[in-house]
Amino acid sequence: MLNAATSIQDRPRPPASDPVGASPGMSQVSEQTQWMLLVRDARDKQAFARLFDHFAPRLKGMLMRGGLQAGLAEEVVQDTMLSVWHKAHLFDPHRAQVSGWVYQIARNRQIDVLRKERRPVPEELKGDDVQEDDALQIIALEQQTSRLRAALAQLSPEQRVLVEQAYLGDLSHSELQGLTGLPLGTIKSRIRLGLKRLRRELQNKQTT
Amino acid sequence: MSEIRHHIPDDLLAAYAGGNLSYAFSMVVAAHVSMCVECRAQLSSHETVGGALLDDGDTPSISQAMRQSVFARLDEPVPVPQSPRRMGVFPGPVAQALGYEDPHWRRIGGSVRQTLLHRSDKDSVRLLYIPAGQAVPDHGHNGLELTLVLQGAFSDETGQFGVGDVEVADDSLEHTPVASPGTPCICLAATDARLRFNAVVPRLLQPVLGI
Repeated sequence: MLNAATSIQDRPRPPASDPVGASPGMSQVSEQTQWMLLVRDARDKQAFARLFDHFAPRLKGMLMRGGLQAGLAEEVVQDTMLSVWHKAHLFDPHRAQVSGWVYQIARNRQIDVLRKERRPVPEELKGDDVQEDDALQIIALEQQTSRLRAALAQLSPEQRVLVEQAYLGDLSHSELQGLTGLPLGTIKSRIRLGLKRLRRELQNKQTT
Repeated sequence: MSEIRHHIPDDLLAAYAGGNLSYAFSMVVAAHVSMCVECRAQLSSHETVGGALLDDGDTPSISQAMRQSVFARLDEPVPVPQSPRRMGVFPGPVAQALGYEDPHWRRIGGSVRQTLLHRSDKDSVRLLYIPAGQAVPDHGHNGLELTLVLQGAFSDETGQFGVGDVEVADDSLEHTPVASPGTPCICLAATDARLRFNAVVPRLLQPVLGI
């Protein structure tokens, strides 16, 4: 069901009272987040171009790795980047990293295109009161993500391959089995082991 | 709403984030996440993992024509698909699958009723309406079955499930869910293989009823 009308939870936020770059706090958030906030609040096409040039090749790489041919992969990249522009008002830097948000949009578009069915997605969280961007909270989330990246870098090559297959390739667990020749149970438990380690990294951060 | 005690297992959340779940299971995950802050946060961490891997990934070249076409289209008004929204007891993704209309209930034995939302040769997802105190016919299943409570509650051999709770049953479980007294129980139930009923008559009716 396509509908141009926006629902209550889709309503655009007012521009941040603290424009990006103007306050010392916001200047410390990552470049990606700053670009995304400029797209969200100021409809800044230059900032969008930077996001495009960063993400479009990476999205194409991910989609091709998942089995899409170059042409179809570019179609999904195009849809995804247009959604990033048009759904920018839904981006909340207190809850998501730009890369995770873009990743999730690309997954939705890929499945809609490939399976020709609408992927069931959760309701958007209702923004009760429009919240001003809080640089400290945003930076805290970015620091958590850095720790997660550090944890990813510490995985054994074998675990890294499994984690990448689970998140980057469109492979079900049973396809993984065919690929590596390992028994299904072993693979599942290894994915869980890898994730547990990632999660512990995140949780340690959350409790400190 | 009572506190949710039975959540989506983490490997299923990861599989959803990675796009590796069937339509039926994706529906249950999306519906539960719509009701459960904890699983929403957990899903979001999986998406963060995906995003981090995306950031580190390959960078094949992009055609300039595609890039130009995206920039040419930024100012075009486009119909943005609306986010799913809740309708009564039905979470957004379920309401969307119903086309925002009331379910058409069909009797499937005794006074239990169902509305089929999707069925393929691999997976299926349906709404079940079980009057208070009534049982769903004793059944086992091939593969995995996810049952999410949307209204009321049910209990079976493994415990009690209230609104927002998900029961995960594999093929080793033969269970008889019974709706708790009080309110009729409405569930979202998904399988990745056809349910196998133990009672003879329902089994004969399986092909007809689409269970």
